[in-house]
Amino acid sequence: MTNQWLRSFVVIVLAGLVLAGCSSKGSKAQPADPSAGIYDGQDSTRAPTTSGAQFGFDANGNPFVPGTNEPLSRTFYFEFDRSQLQQSDLRALEMHASILRANPDRAIVIEGHADERGTREYNIALGERRANSIRSFLTSAGVSGRQVETVSYGEERPEDPGHNEAAWARNRRAVLIYR
Amino acid sequence: MKMVKFGWLYLAVQMLLIPGAWAAASLDSIIIDTGYDKQTRIAVVPFAQGPEYANLQQMSDIVGFDLSRSGQFAPLPRNNMLSFPSQPAEVFYRDWRILGVEYVVIGATSTVANGNVAVRFYLFDVVNERQMLVDEVVGGRRQWRDIAHKVSDKVYEAITGIPGAFSTKILYVLARNAGSPNATYSIEIADSDGERARSLFTSAQPVMSPSWSPDGRKVAYVSFETGRQAIVLHDIFSGQRELITQFTGINGSPMFSPDGNSLTLVLSKDGNPEIYLMDLGDRRLRRLTQHHAIDTEPSWSEDGRHIIFTSDRGGRPQIYQLELATNLIERLTFVGDYNARARMLPGGKHLVFVHRRERVDHIAWQDLERGDVRVLTQTALDESPSLAPNGAMLIYATQDRGRGILGVVSLDGRVRYRLPSSSGDVREPAWSPYLDTLRGGW
Repeated sequence: MTNQWLRSFVVIVLAGLVLAGCSSKGSKAQPADPSAGIYDGQDSTRAPTTSGAQFGFDANGNPFVPGTNEPLSRTFYFEFDRSQLQQSDLRALEMHASILRANPDRAIVIEGHADERGTREYNIALGERRANSIRSFLTSAGVSGRQVETVSYGEERPEDPGHNEAAWARNRRAVLIYR
Repeated sequence: MKMVKFGWLYLAVQMLLIPGAWAAASLDSIIIDTGYDKQTRIAVVPFAQGPEYANLQQMSDIVGFDLSRSGQFAPLPRNNMLSFPSQPAEVFYRDWRILGVEYVVIGATSTVANGNVAVRFYLFDVVNERQMLVDEVVGGRRQWRDIAHKVSDKVYEAITGIPGAFSTKILYVLARNAGSPNATYSIEIADSDGERARSLFTSAQPVMSPSWSPDGRKVAYVSFETGRQAIVLHDIFSGQRELITQFTGINGSPMFSPDGNSLTLVLSKDGNPEIYLMDLGDRRLRRLTQHHAIDTEPSWSEDGRHIIFTSDRGGRPQIYQLELATNLIERLTFVGDYNARARMLPGGKHLVFVHRRERVDHIAWQDLERGDVRVLTQTALDESPSLAPNGAMLIYATQDRGRGILGVVSLDGRVRYRLPSSSGDVREPAWSPYLDTLRGGW
């Protein structure tokens, strides 16, 4: 099972590198670039095959990592003032895509959030951008748009009520809520 | 405890009229931080208050504190007064000149028809030895503070030439345990000095962006009560609420036009946040911006001909202006890489907004003709500036030891006071327009 997911992850990353190479003029790979960890928003791959995977859900309707009883991460974090997905989140997001493709009767709400810096209504817009980044990842991975709704709470519902860098990092997030 | 002042009967009536009105006052006493170096010395002599008003606060204390928080006046402490006149014949200028007092206010209360209170008050110019003002304010007994604030307005205007804004109210958001399962969020309304706070609407889901109608009778705000964003119109007097937009995505930043006939708002129903104009008569929407960037936080110029808004169409959030007649858009801010949520001052030549400097958000003021920017606040996480109707001060949200509080600052940055809250985080203040607090049904 794990091997299958690792393989699809490798495919995603390789395809992403190829696309990134095509879109940038000089085609030079820059592993030291700090934005290397950020997903560039391009649809980087075909959906990997998921036939045969076991899609389980816990009592609250939240999905397990396919084939396991481990809860699948539903919270994804963002950099300050950014709405790009982190490369390290793509594997979990691809699992969500597989789960939603295999269960077309399930729907999710993606909540977008921001940290408290900046103005409240602008942060609503920033939270929506974050939710939309995940939405477009999922829909470009074959999930029906009808299964995905977004709502931005901006800075109104912090995960961490603190007022420091650590709290802010925890609050810049998008959360997938299975219904 | 503060509510006791206006009697159980009034409270009972309020509770019947407005569900959820009975809540502990959400703001504490004002803390004055700085005023002008040279303040006008004024004596507000204790008013002659009959025994029937003995259990009410001395009215001169309310007036003196109003003048004091303007930062422009230094009221003489009662203990330093040599005499306590309440009639013009009892005023001896020499007594006040010795103390270095420039102006004297005296007054007396009496009971008139229907059990109302009449306050007759006088203002004297000590230097020129002349009576500047005599006036009378009448109101119900439970309007004691309103009467006092009206006296303050008139005294302030007689001396400074600027209408006083003491008889105004503020709206703000009170959040308790935000983000936790037992969170509550409410839209609060209080006097401009923070007294007599009450909840207009309380929810377990966030509420945001309260804004006054220009007649001061309605409030528009954002509520997540349905699990999505909705814009609500709330009649302060009837308590009637109406969800006027509930589109997919953002429903935010409602702001009444100066004539009260329309509302600007932000909707992302077509993919990303855009600014719309809603005619409040037929509820029809007109889209004002067309851009793939974020366009948000619209507000109006005083003449209703321009909308100013925040957009990151240039890469970073900056303030732009849209002319309604032509739809022409012009960028207004160029200093710094984060300028947002602007309000235009009366006259259309100055802006106040949130300005980020070295990663810290402050309230700033900008002269639109010369382009220079002045930072008005020294604290961090400052946001939501809202102007007093006389344009002399603005109220904003900031933080103090991890708690959201409200601050007030003069437009030159020299006068500052705070309205802390011990009952939760307070934020998003909106200063009311001028209100008829004595006869307007308040």
